[in-house]
Amino acid sequence: MPPFEEVVAEYGPMVLRVCRAVLGPTDAADAWSETFLSALRAYPDLDPGANIEAWLVTIAHRRAIDIGRALTRAPVPAETLPERPSAAPDPADYDHDLWAALQALPPKQRQAVAYHYLAGLPHAEIAALLGNSTDAARRAAADGLKTLRKLYPKDET
Amino acid sequence: MATIDRGDPDGLFDGLSSDSADLLAQLRRRLAAEAQSAGLLDVAYRTVDTPVGRLLLAATPAGLVRVAYPIEDHDAVLTTLAERVSPRVLAAPARLDAAAREIDEYFAGVRTHFDLPLDLQLTGGFRRQVIEHLTDIGYGRRESYAAVAAAVGNPRAVRAVGSACAHNPLPVVVPCHRVVRSDGSIGQYVGGIEAKSTLLTLEAA
Repeated sequence: MPPFEEVVAEYGPMVLRVCRAVLGPTDAADAWSETFLSALRAYPDLDPGANIEAWLVTIAHRRAIDIGRALTRAPVPAETLPERPSAAPDPADYDHDLWAALQALPPKQRQAVAYHYLAGLPHAEIAALLGNSTDAARRAAADGLKTLRKLYPKDET
Repeated sequence: MATIDRGDPDGLFDGLSSDSADLLAQLRRRLAAEAQSAGLLDVAYRTVDTPVGRLLLAATPAGLVRVAYPIEDHDAVLTTLAERVSPRVLAAPARLDAAAREIDEYFAGVRTHFDLPLDLQLTGGFRRQVIEHLTDIGYGRRESYAAVAAAVGNPRAVRAVGSACAHNPLPVVVPCHRVVRSDGSIGQYVGGIEAKSTLLTLEAA
């Protein structure tokens, strides 16, 4: 097993993006901390051949459910959100329009988008996390991405 | 420009990662502190800059377990610690603050004796006997490999003493640099002969 610090260095940024996509800027830091603390606890027993990315996303998914607020909160229309919540402990350049667009997605679409496009998990593994079928997970990721592109249009170059 | 994840379509999610370096550094410090409180920090490490190069310091809850020179390859040393002690290895300077301070004082010439809890689990058998004897060789003194062999009760084991010194897990703090050849030449050293010469010169001043 490599030193845990190597796991943090390699996957820390990915887990932060997943936490930000699923939970938003306010709760992402707590979710990240709890994910890596849980991972550290379980690390010596991890199968050396395990896919570390999928393992961390599984833990992050559970911690996100524990933190839960973003997933139980009813989606709020983007235009009513404050542009920059002043108390957010996040860098000022965190893109709040992107978060607003993500937050407007149904939870399973938001999770499928984050786990597939940010963590690179295959749809079958996402289905196992979300408790649905591979097809449903694939559809959730595709539908989520389509809606996201509409709600959050990137400048075309 | 943020790194694009392999699945990220056209950088759609760039807004989630822009300039997170400060936040990640802060989160890593928080993780080290929480791991310590939760009793999950099996190996803490940090580095310290010295006149003999950047030294890696690593400690278990029992004490300082490893001091490593750059030529030993710090990454390789951490990998070995993960295998031999525990994979729960984190950069966590706090546990090494006292060790770093004493090493600074030693190189400043104001400390002649280390007063740190040591964890000798990386050495055993005859080598461990040698390592334990080395802590008795006082500052500024030198002892020959043959004298050390005799002191640990095996006068013919001169080469084995050399080997024990070469594998000292705690160089500088356990003063294997004070063991020299009987003809007066300084002999080999885990940190390189130049480092050994620097330490002996410092202690002779």
